[in-house]
Amino acid sequence: MYYLFDGTYSGFLCCVFESFERKEFDVIPLTGSEHQNSFFQNSRTITTHPEKAKRVLLGIQKRVSREKAVDFYKVFLSEDRKAWLASYKIIVDLFNTSKQVLQNYGNESTLYFSKMLQKVGRESHRMEAFVRFSKTADGGYYAVVEPDFNVLPLIADFFKKRYADQQWLIYDIKRKYGILYDKVNVSEVQEMPLDKHAVAAQHNIITLDANEEKFQRLWQKYFTSTNIESRKNTKLHLQHVPKRYWKYLTEKKVG
Amino acid sequence: MHRLEEKLKILADAAKYDVSCSSSGSKRQNTGGIGDASFGGICHTYTEDGRCVSLLKILLTNHCIYDCAFCVSRKSNDIQRAAFTVQEAVDLTMNFYRRNYIEGLFLSSGIFKNADFTMERLLRVVKKLRTEERYNGYIHLKTIPGASDELIKEAGTYVDRMSINLELPTEAGLKMVAPDKDHASVRKPLAFVNEQIQAYKAESALIKHTPIFVPAGQSTQMVIGATPETDFEIMQVANEFYQKYQLKRVYYSGYIPINNQNSLLPQIGSAPPVVRENRLYQADWLLRFYDFTLEEIVNPLHVNLELDIDPKLSWALRNPQLFPVNINTADYKMIIRIPGIGRQSAMKIIQARKFGKLHEYQVKKMGIAFNRAQHFMYCADSVIRLGMPVMQSIRNNILKASTNNKLFQTQLTLF
Ligand code: SF4
Repeated sequence: MYYLFDGTYSGFLCCVFESFERKEFDVIPLTGSEHQNSFFQNSRTITTHPEKAKRVLLGIQKRVSREKAVDFYKVFLSEDRKAWLASYKIIVDLFNTSKQVLQNYGNESTLYFSKMLQKVGRESHRMEAFVRFSKTADGGYYAVVEPDFNVLPLIADFFKKRYADQQWLIYDIKRKYGILYDKVNVSEVQEMPLDKHAVAAQHNIITLDANEEKFQRLWQKYFTSTNIESRKNTKLHLQHVPKRYWKYLTEKKVG
Repeated sequence: MHRLEEKLKILADAAKYDVSCSSSGSKRQNTGGIGDASFGGICHTYTEDGRCVSLLKILLTNHCIYDCAFCVSRKSNDIQRAAFTVQEAVDLTMNFYRRNYIEGLFLSSGIFKNADFTMERLLRVVKKLRTEERYNGYIHLKTIPGASDELIKEAGTYVDRMSINLELPTEAGLKMVAPDKDHASVRKPLAFVNEQIQAYKAESALIKHTPIFVPAGQSTQMVIGATPETDFEIMQVANEFYQKYQLKRVYYSGYIPINNQNSLLPQIGSAPPVVRENRLYQADWLLRFYDFTLEEIVNPLHVNLELDIDPKLSWALRNPQLFPVNINTADYKMIIRIPGIGRQSAMKIIQARKFGKLHEYQVKKMGIAFNRAQHFMYCADSVIRLGMPVMQSIRNNILKASTNNKLFQTQLTLF
């Protein structure tokens, strides 16, 4: 049975709620938009009820601790359908048996879940490292990213704490939304004028600080000077900084 | 080229031989200014030689009154010299930091005029960052051997980590290439700072809100392969320094030939001992996190680490009586000693086996190097071999497999 929800985490948790209510456990959670009704007859559309989602969340927290419960959110942000399914199965197991399924790495869902959790964690660390702010003429800082997973919600707090005294915006160009910090709060912004096309011509939209280019050049200079030629190891370099991230890294821009 | 760019080029180039890049271990928080020190540390990018770039690593100046043969900044070396002003160093740090290029600053310097004069300049940079810029990011300061206690103590209230490099693993080696230097002038400040750190710690246990002092501790660096020390000598020194001065890290820097005037040193063009350096880090790792003793890794009968296999495998091969290990019953300490199994996988094994005996297909998926580990362990369904494993054939087996898969390359990147 396909459960079609709205793509939010609350919606996902409601799938669990619904499946217990209907005693229906052969469920595959998907978002409504990707499911063609004409192909699959056996599907149900799940409406998101914040209270129901909350009850599921509390239930998870009670069984695995508050901190561990966050892992389900992280894995959800992978947007990986197999990980959603594994996650769903684990939650069902958590509620059905008293066993700590999360530690049973012999179990396929658990293993997949823990691997995905690691990947999402790695991607948010990468983003904490690879965000490159440019300073704008009005004193704010902005960065464009294209992470493999939807990790902005996971890194907001890190940037808020660190860059507490500067305004910043981090925009996910793949998912078309960003997080904006106004020196008090972080909020989500949708559909910035920063779509792919605009970024290519970003200098037309955003006026950069007079010194911005100077510091970008200095950073590039630093990056080349700190390299030790006789130890060159391209394979290792690529393993740490995969090519897909290069276009947003100041030190990797040619010119 | 812009003057500042030129200075940065010279002073970053001269600083890059200090391999320490760690930005971890501090817990400085942002108190109304900018920045914090992430406890785990972050690599913001990697050089083309694959090293982590975490800190803006610069010398304040590469002028130096000394002539250490292994150092690019030595007096007799005919190179361009430059010096940052205090303000330039501060501006670079702040502007790089605010753009999320770096975790912080690594500041070192050649010695101009004398130790105190240099130390005082360094102190001005870090003080300005903390007090005027309200900067709470990471700072690693190289202290200058011979600087006065007062200056070192004041600097300690601003920085996260301090280090002084041993430069060469033994006094004898040091005397060969840097007659003006000695290990005593390194030990003294390391001991002094360690006393201060311990005193602050004791105090903060009693009184809340004691100021922090070098919260990420101290480190040192040794140049490897410039002089003829064995790995046993090197590791003995490292071990002693870990214990005596409670160092957070010892760095091993494979000597990069930069001097043809001194016939005692490897000449320009000879390759840096990258593999050996990596083996030393692995051995160091075993010492600190895998509960190995120094003598298990290197000892008078086994003075050098093997280059073709890692030190854990090497130890296992020398101790066939301890293997194979039963993965379903052995304790954590023994499981992490199995070649091919790391700490994370060992934890997984321990947790997963509570749910039933583990079979090979399950263990294989837990992130271990099975091809290597299989010779040293058995699962519920492993075929039991009688008697002790024959280590010579295991060794050949693993080596053959690793040259086939080019595993050898990836092994070097383990850390
Ligand atoms: S004192 Fe330091 S900077 Fe000067 S030559 Fe010796 S190692 Fe190099």
